[in-house]
Amino acid sequence: MASYILKRLLAAIPVILGITVIVFLIMSLIPGDPATAILGSYATPENVEKLNRDLGLDKPLFQQYFIWLGNMVQGDFGRSFSLNRPVLDEVLERFGATLILAGTSLVLCSILGILAGVISAARQYGAADKAITFVVLIGISIPSFFLGMMMILVFAVNLRWLPVSGMYAIYGGGDLPDLVRHLIMPATALAVVATGVIARLSRSAMLEVLRQDFIRTARAKGVRESRVVWRHALKAAMVSIIPVIGVQAGFVLSGAVYIETVFQWPGVGRMLVTAILTRDILLVQGGVVIVAACYVLFNLAVDVAQSLLDPRVKT
Amino acid sequence: MTILPMTRRAVSALALAACIASVGLPSAAQTPPGVLVVGQIAEPKSLDPHAVTAVNDFRILMNVYDGLVRYKSGTLEVEPALAESWEISEDGTEYTFTLREGISFHDGTPLTAEAVKFNFDRMLDENHPFHDTGPFPLSFFFSAIEATEAVDERTVKFTLNAPYAPFLSNLAYPTGLIVSPAAVEQHGADFGRNPAGTGPFKFAEWRSNEAVVIEKNPAYWDGEAGLEAVVYRPITDANTRTAEMLAGGIDLMVEVPPNALSEFEGDAYTLHEQAGPHLWFLILNAKEGPFADVKVRQAANYAINKQAIVENVLEGTAEVAAGPTPPAFAWAYNAALEPYPYDPERAKALIAEAGAEGAELTFYVTEGGSGMLDPVPMGTAIQADLEAVGFDVKIETYEWNTFLGEVNPGLEGKADMAEMAWMTNDPDTLPFLALRTEAWPDKGGFNSGYYSNPKVDELLEAARVSTDQDERAALYKEMQEIVQEDAPWVFVANWKQNAVTAAGVEGFELQPSFFLLLDGVTKN
Repeated sequence: MASYILKRLLAAIPVILGITVIVFLIMSLIPGDPATAILGSYATPENVEKLNRDLGLDKPLFQQYFIWLGNMVQGDFGRSFSLNRPVLDEVLERFGATLILAGTSLVLCSILGILAGVISAARQYGAADKAITFVVLIGISIPSFFLGMMMILVFAVNLRWLPVSGMYAIYGGGDLPDLVRHLIMPATALAVVATGVIARLSRSAMLEVLRQDFIRTARAKGVRESRVVWRHALKAAMVSIIPVIGVQAGFVLSGAVYIETVFQWPGVGRMLVTAILTRDILLVQGGVVIVAACYVLFNLAVDVAQSLLDPRVKT
Repeated sequence: MTILPMTRRAVSALALAACIASVGLPSAAQTPPGVLVVGQIAEPKSLDPHAVTAVNDFRILMNVYDGLVRYKSGTLEVEPALAESWEISEDGTEYTFTLREGISFHDGTPLTAEAVKFNFDRMLDENHPFHDTGPFPLSFFFSAIEATEAVDERTVKFTLNAPYAPFLSNLAYPTGLIVSPAAVEQHGADFGRNPAGTGPFKFAEWRSNEAVVIEKNPAYWDGEAGLEAVVYRPITDANTRTAEMLAGGIDLMVEVPPNALSEFEGDAYTLHEQAGPHLWFLILNAKEGPFADVKVRQAANYAINKQAIVENVLEGTAEVAAGPTPPAFAWAYNAALEPYPYDPERAKALIAEAGAEGAELTFYVTEGGSGMLDPVPMGTAIQADLEAVGFDVKIETYEWNTFLGEVNPGLEGKADMAEMAWMTNDPDTLPFLALRTEAWPDKGGFNSGYYSNPKVDELLEAARVSTDQDERAALYKEMQEIVQEDAPWVFVANWKQNAVTAAGVEGFELQPSFFLLLDGVTKN
């Protein structure tokens, strides 16, 4: 198992490097440059050229890339010109916030999704199944940013139960209850679509398992139905549910870009949007490397979990 | 068949209740008394006034620093600030300032002529030991300075390479704010996160992506501020910013989107409006195509219903523009100018005279950008008006950065017209950079429509070197008349900046400079 994990980690390195090359190329190909972004209406060719020189952006593209790569390998991600601070400081600070948001969302959607799927499957065509299917369909269909805005309107502006935006209160905040209050709406909005997908797939996975011989045997032996469903069937169904959660992790991370913007969550997603608009290539690179690494690691964790659950899956 | 045993269900419910209780629902957002929470549109880039270009950052900086001079409240005219007086030499190339006595930076070091010299040398001299704490993108505001000299402790003299009338006005701009040399020496490139100035508030804390906090400077030379502290929160999304204002999470909101204005009509809020030195216009390609004929350019000015754009698209957040100079420059504005009236019949007649019926026009529109207001709906409205008088208008839409990359090098061979907006601090800036023959794109200017009138060139050159405000005013007024007649642009709108304050916030006033000055504000 250890050698398998090591092999997978080594294989991740070219993947991440490939991503950095692609991002660098795309960022260079899109029109506009950082100097124009900074100078706005004052972007005369002369001013642009001087500023690009000051920013070190007048070198050929491949040279810029290898300078960046060389520094990154030594742990130096460069300095963001749009934020005037080291990229690594910014990315790590932001990444913590995204991890809290996306992690909470992922836990939320996994628990709710599986719960809904199992109940649906256990009561196939019953009232609960129909109600859950209906709600899930709505959940899948609503864009998360729209849901987020509606939640702000109802729970923050009208009812004043929850804060509108941010991660901590400006004054007197900073503790765990404060964080949770700020987390409820964005985490929920972010989890809704993924919950729907996980619920749908858990339901079909469970239905398949519930038709199998060992379930009939268990029921025939007189095992309690709740035990049949939650212990025997769910454990077997998890083998096909876990990869779905792995895929949803990717969606949750990319969905965080919208949700972080709506709720002003100080995470990597919002940082990337701003960085792209200001053509802050080093900041984009830093953010993308972190997100990609995270995604690769999470997928590895999913594969490992799956092989632990199902010995038939070879590692 | 029990899916969840009752006991477990009860346990979950209890856990959930405990969770909610600990979180403390319900709770309304409250801001503390004496502390003003400002909703900003973005995280500041830096608190080094020489390193930034965004109005958003200026809103903080103007309260932390002072310049040698500043704009008189409610105007764009210069008055003394850190300098108590100044003299200008006969030929307009030497400016000698006398500094106020007994002023200290927030870090305790005194304000001296040497400190002022340090500020300008750092920006302009590539060999200055702290030049590498830049880059300083707007340092060209002071490119006329040949030398800065500390004559004695309180006297500083600037020698310019040629007379340059906007010099004083540029000193009042944030790029002219004076920073503490000791703080720059101590923090180097991180000065922007550890700023020290002489302003009514001093820097207290910067929590990345959450808030910048500034606190009252009790030793302020121009009287203590009325607030204990100001908190600037970056809230990039306009809907979220509106929601924060409605929920009481912020006390002051800038740049209220036009469609949200109706939310703030009640007694609980005060809506502030102030026209500023802003112009929204269409650049017309005067070099080739239908707009090479002045009649067709005038026709475009008659054909577009500016009143409808201002009222319906911008919901009254702007006024119809008459010419190239915004009325906010009261001293230089030609009040006798009337905007081109909306007159499609006259437009059709002019087009017929020029033989340009049915001409095809390529129109560059941007998705959004600094000062561009609501460019897509505005562009669509303009397209409809021009088609109503017989043009065939094709819109090409670009993201802001790309748009500037297409428009700034000139429209030749690509387009007939393009949207554009400018905010400036001196009546010289926009026409000098965008209307002179010497400002055609190939000469490094912004005259992307290739307008050229030797008389206008002459007036603008003369106004730039005159140090007499009345003389300059007369020159600008004449220039405006000629330019309006020549119609190199369609003059569309002058934006009114807006802001909303919550009940309890008093003494707040928007400035025509678009700066946010908070030293006179109180909050109960």
